[in-house]
Amino acid sequence: MSEFLQQLLNGLSLGAIYALIALGYTMVYGVLRFINFAHSDVFMVGAFIGYYMGKLVPENTVWGGLIVLVVAMLGCSVIGMVIERLAYRPLRGAATLNVLITAIGVSLLLEYSGQVFFGATPRTFPAVFPSVNFTLGGLVISSNQVVVIVVTALLMVGLQVIVYRTKIGTAMRAVSLNPKAAQLVGVNNDVVISFTFGLGSALAAAGGILYALNYPSIDPLMGVMPGLKAFVAAVLGGIGNIPGAALGGLLLGTVETFVNGSQWSTYKDAIAFAILIIILLFRPAGLLGKATIEKV
Amino acid sequence: MPLSKTFTPDFILSMKTPALLLALAATAALSAADPIKLGEYASLTGKEAGFGQTSHQGVVLAIEEINAAGGVLGRKLELTTEDNQTKPGESATVVKKLISRDKVVALIGEVSSGRSLEAAPIAQQAKIPMVAPAATNPKVTQTGNYIFRVCFIDPFQGTVMAKFAKQDLKVKRVAVLSSVSNAYSLGLAKFFKETFTAGGGEIVTEKNLAEGDKDFRAQLTAVKAAGVDAVYVPCYYTEAALIVRQARDLGLTMPFFGGDGWEDEQLLKIGGEAMNGCYYSTHFSAENTDPVVAAFTAKYKARWNNESPGAFSALGYDAVYVIAAAIKRAGTTDGPALRDALAATKDFPGISGTTTIDKDRNASKSATIIALKDGKAKFFKTVSP
Repeated sequence: MSEFLQQLLNGLSLGAIYALIALGYTMVYGVLRFINFAHSDVFMVGAFIGYYMGKLVPENTVWGGLIVLVVAMLGCSVIGMVIERLAYRPLRGAATLNVLITAIGVSLLLEYSGQVFFGATPRTFPAVFPSVNFTLGGLVISSNQVVVIVVTALLMVGLQVIVYRTKIGTAMRAVSLNPKAAQLVGVNNDVVISFTFGLGSALAAAGGILYALNYPSIDPLMGVMPGLKAFVAAVLGGIGNIPGAALGGLLLGTVETFVNGSQWSTYKDAIAFAILIIILLFRPAGLLGKATIEKV
Repeated sequence: MPLSKTFTPDFILSMKTPALLLALAATAALSAADPIKLGEYASLTGKEAGFGQTSHQGVVLAIEEINAAGGVLGRKLELTTEDNQTKPGESATVVKKLISRDKVVALIGEVSSGRSLEAAPIAQQAKIPMVAPAATNPKVTQTGNYIFRVCFIDPFQGTVMAKFAKQDLKVKRVAVLSSVSNAYSLGLAKFFKETFTAGGGEIVTEKNLAEGDKDFRAQLTAVKAAGVDAVYVPCYYTEAALIVRQARDLGLTMPFFGGDGWEDEQLLKIGGEAMNGCYYSTHFSAENTDPVVAAFTAKYKARWNNESPGAFSALGYDAVYVIAAAIKRAGTTDGPALRDALAATKDFPGISGTTTIDKDRNASKSATIIALKDGKAKFFKTVSP
């Protein structure tokens, strides 16, 4: 029983990180109807900003950790908005495929310029948050796991508040529903889209820091696998749907962990993705997604 | 076309004969003083950059020394190094380039068995001898008769650690964590299991991971539930360090031990104090007080910014000297002749021990066991074959 609970906790903390990244995919998709493949590399940049910031603040302090987290989120939201302004805005109104290819291009640009600027050798991420382990019954809980789950939960609630309770959130939903009509009623689409990218990238940065805290070896290609998993999580939960992304991330992380701990650990990714295919066969729009007819 | 007409064979034949002979003689003289080209492919960047960097520094040191002493056959050695970025597939590409464009006469590489296996068939086909400094999987040299190594092989390394677990750690119940996409890891796990179970030990559970994974809590939780005395982790250092760190987080306090894939200073940087009480087998220790090793360590530190040589530095260094000696004995850099000379290497004194190439083109050398204590890698003992 304690093994089951331990695996559940491991799975939830891994899934929480997938969920944070998945939120960024889903928000951009919700507003612009395209997959921002550069998102997983913004996640990497976030971890690297954290790495350099971590050298400036004292290690193992809560406030030091929070400064690192906030600076990385701000830095990445600026990067996200710059990417949108330079790479995606000129293509607004172009065919979806063009934007998709551009997104892949931006992703590769970030990965390989990361290798030039940061070097391809993995770095050891500093312990910016104090880390302790405590036992509860047979369960070992590491404070980093708790930090991941708590920060993810807080950010998700914050996001939900922004999207449903604020003016800019209402504007985001309006642009998502019908960009032309939103413009007619006085919404500045450019500002809203820019804000969406900034917000999504800030979440990616938070994901990057939390990921690096748990797995303290970072390199410029570190975003590739978690990015892919998070994308899958977003699709699993219903792309464009915020609670769906969270659910998808937690589900994928948990399934992966349970398979990994079983005798079939060799087939970890195969089983996780087979489950995804089965779910999508029965619910093509994802778990929480609404089936809509795609206008092409 | 007037231009092509100028260079017809008729025109060349009509040239004055002495001038032609002079030109030919000049080319011949030039080729005798031409450097001997050696190719090296290594993981200089990427996940296993530590392997490539340390072996590369050993290789460069050896080449500089040989050239300072006058080179081989009166010719200097010229090294062309290519980086495979630790990426699968890249070694094949760079080795093809080294052979076809740079025309190297011999290849040095790699530390990793997986990447050596990628390059070996290409070297074999081109009949260019390849000497792997530290690829320990038996399959590497089985590729063909042009592939050599200057290190021990995994059946020996697995046996050494199985005996070590039984006699020194005194453990009976062991878990094995290996990487499914890594030839080195799978081979070492297999050889360890065979000897350990034959010696009365029990492999309680086996778990797999994939290259590039960062989360191992699931496997470790299962290992914890199984209840073991020690865990064998024949993986590379990035995975090994994260595994041990996460294991300590989960409250697993037993010793973890591995193979030469753990050999890099990043192991202690990533793993930190979690690594205390762990062991691994390798080829060499800079702490060895043997005068040959001490002299090498001093030279290496002087050349490389006071860095201590690792096992792969010593093996890279030895690989160059073994090739240089073979070229000297063969008297030529011709592929087949050089291959025969390499195969005849016998009792060649090196830094990592004496190299004798056996009929399977492997070297038989003693293994060193390193204990990790107080955040440092300490010499534990040497096991002879």
